[in-house]
Amino acid sequence: MPVTVQLPKEKWTGTVREVTLGAAAAEGGTRKKIVTVGGESTLPFLTFEGEIPNRPLVALEIQDRYPDDWSDLLKHVWGETMQDAAVWAQKAEEYDADLIALKLQSAHPEGDNTDAAQAAKTTKSVLAATGLPLIVYGPGQAEKDNEVLVAVAEAAEGDRIALGNCEDKNYRTIVAAALAHGHLVVAKSPIDVNLAKQLNILISDMRLDLDRILMDPTTGSLGYGLEYTYSVMERLRVAALTGDSMTQQPMICTVGEEAWRSKESKVNEGVPEAWGDWDQRSINWEVLTATTLIEAGADIVVLRHPESVKLVKKAISGLMAA
Amino acid sequence: MGLSGLQIYKLLPKTNCKECGYPTCLAFGMKLAAKQAELSACPYVSDEAKQALEAAAAPPIRLVTVGSGDKKVEVGNETVLFRHEKTFFHQPGLFVRLKDTMPLAEFEAAVEQVSGYKVERVGIELWVDGIAVENASGDGANFAKYVAAARSKADRPLVLIASEPASMASALEQTDGSAPLIYAAAADNWEAMADLAAKHHAPLAVRTDGDLSALAELTEQIKDAGIEDIVLDPGLRDLKGSLAAQTQLRRLALKSNFRPLGYPIVAFPGEGVDSREEEAIQAAQHIAKYAGIVILDHFDPATVYPLLTLRLNIFTDPQKPIQVSPGLYEISNPQTDSPLLVTTNFSLTYFSVAGEVEGSGKPTWLLVCDSEGMSVLTGWAAGKFDAEKIAKSVQQFGVPSKVSHKKIVIPGLVSTISGELEEELPGWEILVGPREAIHIPAYLRTWE
Ligand code: B12
Ligand code: SF4
Repeated sequence: MPVTVQLPKEKWTGTVREVTLGAAAAEGGTRKKIVTVGGESTLPFLTFEGEIPNRPLVALEIQDRYPDDWSDLLKHVWGETMQDAAVWAQKAEEYDADLIALKLQSAHPEGDNTDAAQAAKTTKSVLAATGLPLIVYGPGQAEKDNEVLVAVAEAAEGDRIALGNCEDKNYRTIVAAALAHGHLVVAKSPIDVNLAKQLNILISDMRLDLDRILMDPTTGSLGYGLEYTYSVMERLRVAALTGDSMTQQPMICTVGEEAWRSKESKVNEGVPEAWGDWDQRSINWEVLTATTLIEAGADIVVLRHPESVKLVKKAISGLMAA
Repeated sequence: MGLSGLQIYKLLPKTNCKECGYPTCLAFGMKLAAKQAELSACPYVSDEAKQALEAAAAPPIRLVTVGSGDKKVEVGNETVLFRHEKTFFHQPGLFVRLKDTMPLAEFEAAVEQVSGYKVERVGIELWVDGIAVENASGDGANFAKYVAAARSKADRPLVLIASEPASMASALEQTDGSAPLIYAAAADNWEAMADLAAKHHAPLAVRTDGDLSALAELTEQIKDAGIEDIVLDPGLRDLKGSLAAQTQLRRLALKSNFRPLGYPIVAFPGEGVDSREEEAIQAAQHIAKYAGIVILDHFDPATVYPLLTLRLNIFTDPQKPIQVSPGLYEISNPQTDSPLLVTTNFSLTYFSVAGEVEGSGKPTWLLVCDSEGMSVLTGWAAGKFDAEKIAKSVQQFGVPSKVSHKKIVIPGLVSTISGELEEELPGWEILVGPREAIHIPAYLRTWE
C-alpha cells in the first residue's frame, strides 16, 4: 500500500531583521562591497518552509598590533602581514573574507595603551587598504572602548561600519557614536536570551534603528561551552521566528578568538597523540565551532585562519544550495 | 505518544467487573493513561487490545541496539527537536567504513587502529564505536572473510554494507549473534534482507533515495514481515538536503507521531564531499541534527577528536553541567609544604587545571570549591565562586590540618577578589596565579 508522508511545516510568524554593512560611494561611503545579513523567516537552511535570503558571512579578524599571544600556527600562516593592520586587511581580502573585523588591541590600558588618534589613524588605513565592510572592536575595557570607538566612528563616517562591543554596563557612548556617524553596533550579552533582549531594548531606546544592531550571544568554542552558545542561539532564533521582536537581530559569533584560545589549538607539546595533527586539529576546531553555530543561526562568524575561511565558505555554499 | 483514558477504555472489556481493583473499566483506563496502573491487572484484556496499547506506549522513535556486549550502541528514543527543550539522550554511534577490497593485512591494521583509539576529555573516555565493513568486492566469500577478520581483531559493533543478500548472508554467518547493523534493505531486496535480519536478530537499515514516502512504505512492509529494529537512510548526501530530511524525520516522529518513520537514522558524511575536512563538517551536522549512526570514510584523530568532543557537548544535559565532587585533591603526593591552588568543580575547569598540575610533576594540593558546576568567571558572576565560598571551602575540607603554610593561589581571572579573600582568611597570603591553565606549570616552577 502506498504511503503518503505529510511533511510537517512550521508556520513561522516572525522574520529576522536585515542588517546592511558598508556603504558605497553612492551612499556617501567608500566601500567596494556592501553586504546584508539576516532576513530569515525559517530555521537555518530549512527553505522548505521559509526564506533564507542572505547567506551567512565570514569575517577575518585582524589586530592593530602584532598578536604575540596568538597560536604559533596563526603567526606562521599570516607571517609578517600581522605587523601592519592595513597589509593584514588586504591579505584577508585576498583570502576571500566577506568582512574585516579589526580589533584595536593596542589601545588596551594594560598593554601599549595607544590613544584615540592612533585608533582613528589605523581605521583609516584599513579602510584605505580594503574595499570590504568593516567591524571595529575596542580593546575590551569599557573606558578605553568608549574613547577609541568614538574616534573610530568619526574617522569612518559614511562607511556604515559596526562598532563593538556594546554590553549592558557600557553601551551609551558607543551607541551615541554610531548614531552620530551613521554606523551599526554589536550588542554582546552573556549567553542568555533575556539579557540579549534587554540589551537590544536599551540600545533601541536610544533611537538607534533596529536594522543597525547585530547581536553577539557570546561564543563558547568546541569543548569550551559550545553547547551553551548553541542552545541559546537556537532559543533566540525560535523566539525571533515566533514573533518576539527584540530577538530578531542577526547574530555574530567570535569563533576564531574562542577556538584559538583552546589548549587544542594553542599548544602541541605534551598533548596526547590521540589529538592528531596540530594544524589539522586546530583548523577543524575553528571550522566545526563555526559550522555548528551557523547551523544554530549565526549570520556572521569571525574567524582567524585562512584555511578555515575556505572550508566554512564552502560549507555555507552547500547549505545555501538551491 | 500515549493514549487518553477514554481511548484506552474503548480497548478494555467494558464489563466493569472490578477485578483490576478499580470500580469501572473507565476508571482503570484513566489510571493507565496516567501511568499509575499496569495493564496486567486486568485478566480479561484481549491480545489485540494489549498489542494496541503497547504500541501506543512505545516511544515515538524506537530505541535500536547495534552490536552486543558492553560496547554496544543504543540509539533512538529521542523526545525533543532542540536540546534546550529537555536533553538529547542517546548519542550517535561513530563508525569507520573499511572496504573488503583493501589488502587483508592493511584492513586488519586499520581495524586495530580504529578500535584501539581512545581519548580522554573532562575525565570521560571517548572512543570510536565500531567498524562498518563494505562488500566493495561484490564477492560473498571475500566479504565473509573480512567480516570475520574484523570480528577477530576488535570486539566492537559492526555495520555490514552489501546490496546482495547472498553476500550479506555469508558475512552474517561470521557474526555469531552479535547483532551487526545490516545495511541495507532497498525496494529491490528488502524481503531477503528482512529474512536475514530475522534469522540473525540483527537490526536492519532501510534505504531510499530521498523520497520519504517510499521510505515509509518500505518500513511498513518490513515491519509487517516481523522486523522492528529498523534504522533509516533517507539517502540524501549534501549538507542542505540531509539537514532538511533529518529534521523532517525527527519532526514526523515527534510532532506527527508518524510510526512508519519513528526510527533512528544512519548517515554517511563522507559520500557527498571532496575532503576529510568537509566530511567532518557534514558529520558534525549529523551529530547535532538527528543522526543515530554516523559512518565516516576517514579515520584521522585530528577530525575524530573534535567530532567526539562535539558529540559530548551536544549530548550533555543542559540542566546539569558535568561536575566533579568538591574537596581537597592531592596531585602527585603533596607534602604539608606543597603549593595550594583553588578552583571550581566544573569538570572542564577542574580537568584543565588538574591536567596541567599533573603534567608539571609538582606535588600540589588542589582545593575544589562547590561552584555548582560553574566555570571560574561564570561562578564568580553568579556568586558561586567568591571569597566567601573559597574561605568556607578551606575550612570545610580541612585544609589547615593538611597544609602547614598559609598561601593560596587563586585563578588569574578572579584576581579582583584577592582583597576580599584576605579579609575572609585572616593571616593568609593570597597569590594570583596565571589566567590560563596552560601557564600553571611555569608558574609552579617559580614556587619555593
Ligand atoms: C559557558 C558559559 C556560561 C554557561 C555556564 C558554563 C558553566 N558550567 O560554568 C552559562 C550559559 C550557564 C553561563 C551563565 C552565566 N554567565 Co557565563 N560564560 C560562559 C563562557 C562562554 C565560557 C565559560 C567556560 O566554560 N570557560 C572554560 C573554563 C575551563 O574556564 P575557567 O573556568 O575560567 O578555567 C580556566 C582558567 O580560569 C584557568 N583556571 C581555572 N582554575 C584555576 C585555578 C588556578 C589556581 C589557576 C592559576 C588557573 C585556573 O584554567 C582554565 C583553563 O584555562 C564565558 C565566556 C568565555 N568565552 O569565556 C561566559 C562568562 C564567564 N559568563 C559570564 C556571565 C556574566 C554569566 C551570567 C552571570 C549571565 C547571566 N546573568 O545569566 C551567568 C551566570 C550563571 C547563572 N547565574 O546562571 C561572563 C562573566 C563576566 C565577568 N567578567 O564577570 C563571561 C566571561 C561572558 C562575558 N564576557 O560576559 N555562562
Ligand atoms: S478488570 Fe478489566 S474488565 Fe474488569 S473492570 Fe478492570 S478493566 Fe474492566
